[in-house]
Amino acid sequence: MSSRTEPTATEEAAAPEAAPPAPAGRTPSGCAITIEGVSKTYAADAGPVHALTPTDLEVAPGEFVVLLGPSGCGKTTLLRMLAGLEVPTEGSVRMGDRTLFAPGALAPQRDALGSLGFVFQAPTLMPWRRIGRNIELPLEGKGPRRRERRERAALMAEKVGLEDFLRHYPRQLSGGMQQRAAIARALVHDPDVLLMDEPFGALDAMTRDQMNILLQQLWMDTGKTVVLVTHSISEAVFLADRIVLLSPRPGRVKDVVEIDFPRPRPLSVSADPEFGEIVARLRAQLGEHE
Amino acid sequence: MAAVSEVARADLRRLRHRRLLESRWILWITTPVLLLLLLGAWKLYTVVSGVSALTVPPPEAVGRALFELMGRSMLYEAAYYTFYSTVMGFLIAVVVGVGLGIVLGKLHLLEKVSAPFLVATQVVPKVAIVPLVLLWFGFGIASKIFMAAVISFFVVMQNTILGIRSIDPGHRDLMKVIQAPWWKRVISLDIPSSLPFVLTGIELGVVFAITGAIVGEFLGGDDGLGALAVVMLAGLRTDQLFATVIVMTLMGFVLYAVVSAIRRFAIPWHESSGRVTSL
Repeated sequence: MSSRTEPTATEEAAAPEAAPPAPAGRTPSGCAITIEGVSKTYAADAGPVHALTPTDLEVAPGEFVVLLGPSGCGKTTLLRMLAGLEVPTEGSVRMGDRTLFAPGALAPQRDALGSLGFVFQAPTLMPWRRIGRNIELPLEGKGPRRRERRERAALMAEKVGLEDFLRHYPRQLSGGMQQRAAIARALVHDPDVLLMDEPFGALDAMTRDQMNILLQQLWMDTGKTVVLVTHSISEAVFLADRIVLLSPRPGRVKDVVEIDFPRPRPLSVSADPEFGEIVARLRAQLGEHE
Repeated sequence: MAAVSEVARADLRRLRHRRLLESRWILWITTPVLLLLLLGAWKLYTVVSGVSALTVPPPEAVGRALFELMGRSMLYEAAYYTFYSTVMGFLIAVVVGVGLGIVLGKLHLLEKVSAPFLVATQVVPKVAIVPLVLLWFGFGIASKIFMAAVISFFVVMQNTILGIRSIDPGHRDLMKVIQAPWWKRVISLDIPSSLPFVLTGIELGVVFAITGAIVGEFLGGDDGLGALAVVMLAGLRTDQLFATVIVMTLMGFVLYAVVSAIRRFAIPWHESSGRVTSL
C-alpha cells in the first residue's frame, strides 16, 4: 500500500471532521477506464439475449462510480468485462492508456489487467487458507518474497480491522468479516482500480452500513478508482461520486447522476432532505420498468 | 415458572447430548461393552440352540483357535502376503484413479464418451473375472495385486472427478482476476480444493482393496489370508476359519485408521475433520 499513514479501519466510524485528502489520479493521461460502444449479446435457443446494448462510459482516476440497477440490467456483465472475465460482443475497453479489449477482440489483453482488484458478491475466500494467507494470495508468484507478502497482508488486515484474525480460518469469521478480508485481498497488491460486484448484498443492514463507512474511508485514504455494482439505491447515493443508472431488457444506461455531498459522508447524511430527494427520483426512474 | 424450568431442562438435555456427541472417550466405553454383548449373544445362541460346533463354534473355541494361530508363523506369513498385495494394489489404484480422475474431470467430453465403459468395468461381477485374472497373471501375487487395484480404483477415480468438478467458479474467477499462471492455479486452487474429495475416495478405496486381495487369494494360489481361510474350511476347522476372518477384519481396521488419520492430518481446515469453531 501507499506509504501514507492513515487512520485505521477500526476508527472508521469516528471523526467525520478529519480532512479528506484529495483522491490523487495515478494515470497522467485522461481516464482510468474508457468504455466505448461496448455491448454484450448472449446466444440462446429462443434467440439472442441483449444483456447490454452499446454503452459508453468514462471513469476518471480516483473517481467512485456506482452502477445501479435491477437484476438483468447488465451491470454485473459490464463490471465483469472490466475485469476481463467476460468478452464484449462489440466495442472497446481501455484501462488507463492500455487496451483491455480492442474492438472485436476474443480475449482480454492480460497486461492491461495488472492493476486491478476485484471484490465478488461472495467473499470467495479459500477455506483451506488462513485469513492472512488469503489476503496475500494476489502477491504470490509475482515477486514479493514471503516475508514482504506477510507484512503487506498484515498491514492490509489492519486497515480493514482484521489484524487479530490473521491466523483464523474463514469459516471462523462472520460474513461481514469475511468480506472485509476479501476487500483486503483485492487491495493488497495496490491496484489502481477496484471493482466490486454487489460486495455487501449478502450482509444485514447494520453490517452493510459499517462496510460502507469502511469502504469510503479506504477509498479516501488510497485514492483508488472504484467501480461498484449494487441494486441498493441508498448505498449508491451514500457512496458514489457518480451513479450510472441502468435499466433492463435490454440492458442500457438510463441516466447518470452526480452526487456531491461533502466527504467523508456520515451515515446521518441519509437523513438529509436532498439525499431523500435523490433516492426518490432514482426509485421513480427504476420503477418505470416494474 | 413450570414452563420455564421445562424449557431449561430441555436445553440441558440438548447440551448433554451435544457434549456426548463431541466427546472422544465415548467410543472407548461403548465399543468394549457392545463387543461383550455381542459375544454374550453368540455364546447364548450356541448353548441354547445346540448347534454343532462345526457350524457355529462358540466364542471361546474361536478365541483358543486365534491364540493357537498366533503362535504359528503361518498366520504372519499369510497376513503379510495379504497386506503387501492390498497395499500394492491400493497404491496402483490411487495413482491410476487420481490420474484418470483429473483427466476425465477436466475433459467433460472424454468423460461422457468413456462413462459407459468405465461403469461396465464396475458392474461386471469381479468374482466372475477372477479365473481370467488367474489366467493372465498366474497364481502368484500379481493376480492379487491386480484384483485389489481393479476393485478399488473406481471409487478413487469417481471422487477425484467429483473433486475437480466441485471447484468453486468464484475461485476460478478470482485466479483469473489476479492473473495467476496455470501452475499457480493447480497448486493453489485445483489441488487443495479437490483434496477432501480425493481423500474420501482413497479412504473408501482402501477398504475395497482388502476385499479385492482376499477374493483373489480365495479363488487361487496358496498364500495369503484368503487361501488360509480356504484351507481351514477344507479341514473343517470352523473355529480357525472364524479366527482368520477376525485377523482380516483387524487388518482392515488398521489400514482404514491409517488412511483416515492421513486424511484428517492433510485437511485440518475441512468440516469433515471435526473441530467446528465459529465466532
